Amino acid sequence: MTGDGWFAGCDAGDTATGAEHVREGRADAPADWPARAVESGFAPDEETYYTALHEACVAATRDEATEAERAGDQQLVHAVRAMDDCMRTANELAERLSEWAGALFDADGGGVEFARAVADREPTTPDEERAVSLAGRVVDLADEAADLEAYVETRAPTVAPNLAAMAGPVLAARLVALAGGLESLAKKPSGTVQVLGAEDALFAHLRGHASSPKHGVIYTHEYVRGTRPADRGSAARAVAGKLAIAARVDHYSGERKPELDAELDERMATIRARAEDDEEGDDG
Amino acid sequence: MTATPLADGGDGHLPDGVEPRTFDGDQRLATRGEPVYGEPVQDGWRAWDPGRSKLGAMLGRGVETGFAGGDTVLYLGAASGTTVSHVADFAGPTYAVEFAPRPARDLVRAAESRPNLFPLLKDARKPATYAHVVESGVDVLFQDVATRGQGEVACRNRQFLADDGWLVATIKARSEDVTGPTEVTFGHVVETIESEYEVVTTERMDPLHEDHLAVVARPR
Ligand SMILES: C[S@@+](CC[C@H](N)C(=O)[O-])C[C@H]1O[C@@H](n2cnc3c(N)ncnc32)[C@H](O)[C@@H]1O
Repeated sequence: MTGDGWFAGCDAGDTATGAEHVREGRADAPADWPARAVESGFAPDEETYYTALHEACVAATRDEATEAERAGDQQLVHAVRAMDDCMRTANELAERLSEWAGALFDADGGGVEFARAVADREPTTPDEERAVSLAGRVVDLADEAADLEAYVETRAPTVAPNLAAMAGPVLAARLVALAGGLESLAKKPSGTVQVLGAEDALFAHLRGHASSPKHGVIYTHEYVRGTRPADRGSAARAVAGKLAIAARVDHYSGERKPELDAELDERMATIRARAEDDEEGDDG
Repeated sequence: MTATPLADGGDGHLPDGVEPRTFDGDQRLATRGEPVYGEPVQDGWRAWDPGRSKLGAMLGRGVETGFAGGDTVLYLGAASGTTVSHVADFAGPTYAVEFAPRPARDLVRAAESRPNLFPLLKDARKPATYAHVVESGVDVLFQDVATRGQGEVACRNRQFLADDGWLVATIKARSEDVTGPTEVTFGHVVETIESEYEVVTTERMDPLHEDHLAVVARPR
């Protein structure tokens, strides 16, 4: 079937089949398709042919673009999980390194910054060589995490434009990952979105600062974290509610709707105005 | 080739359906159609922004492109449809190939009000995936893919072009080679194009489109 036009075996009125042929078909070489379509009786004239072609191309491209973007959510899920794995591993190894290299070089410090300093040293003994090499691995992992974050930042707005705009690309990606995909996130009620990731190890260390167990990763959203403890429950509900809507718009239409951000901004302004009106707090 | 300023030697080089019009006191090229990217509209004419469209810039500078109006066009690298929507306003059947899904959705939107604009989510390096849709003998092959192998893309798509048709390609140096001297990179791409085409004009597109070369050529 490498010599046929897209319209072969298709009726002019049958856009679905035409679209499928546009997407899946191939030909070794182009031909005067409009003339052939008229000859073969697909269309009475070229004008009718072009109308059917237009409908088939629009349907094919719209559907395929939507599907391709949806598949993009899985790339985002892998990338943000890998990013967290790299960062967690880098921090664990950095801790090991700080014990080891701290004693070897009589230096104080920890974390990735300390590893960077150690990695730049010239080792003079076999022991030092191992420690410096390990420091290099820590630095590589941290750099990989940073590259993955940059990838997430460019990818998230394509996969979920509204969610990324409202939550920031990294939090958007984490929510998609925790739900297992954009479609399942879009199907979750806002109460579930609010506590997604509350069970996550990453969140455990934040819990000490959080007064309420009523939020998961959305805690990292400025509107939740930056709101006084007394109002944090309302803030988390407001943020989760709007993010749940954003995820639905992203999944079902994919169109960017800036008015969603504006609604959240407004709601937050109301919640935060309370703090100014009333020093004691009213949302326990 | 020297560029004639817009208001000067008439609009002999302009395709039918592209006209200089006055928007807010400024003379600008325009076509008739539904707006696509927030451009000013007056009496049904949409201003064609030469800063956002390399073809718009070429026509504004008086480059002979081969577009006459009513042409059959294959447009490679249509992105969200900024330029190809203007092309479809003055041309005939216009096939628009783009391989990135996100801009393709905007392209579909621009195509909805243009019955002669056919959006295709395809890879311009693989003509066999759209040769069952795009007709042979097109009048103009326009290319703006900004990706490695731009010369190859022009050659592989030669098969769609009528023998007396035109290739209009914009070449981005940095897409081929980020480090080498721009002139050398352009030289390589033009050399590749010359294996299938006779080059009529090459013109640097600075300052509106830095790092870009416009190439107009006819098939051999
Ligand atoms: C500079 S933009 C085009 C802008 C557009 N011509 C305009 O003026 O409105 C380049 C486009 O080419 C697309 N592109 C790059 N390589 C491609 C390929 N192999 N096939 C199809 N499209 C490609 C990119 O996705 C991008 O949207």
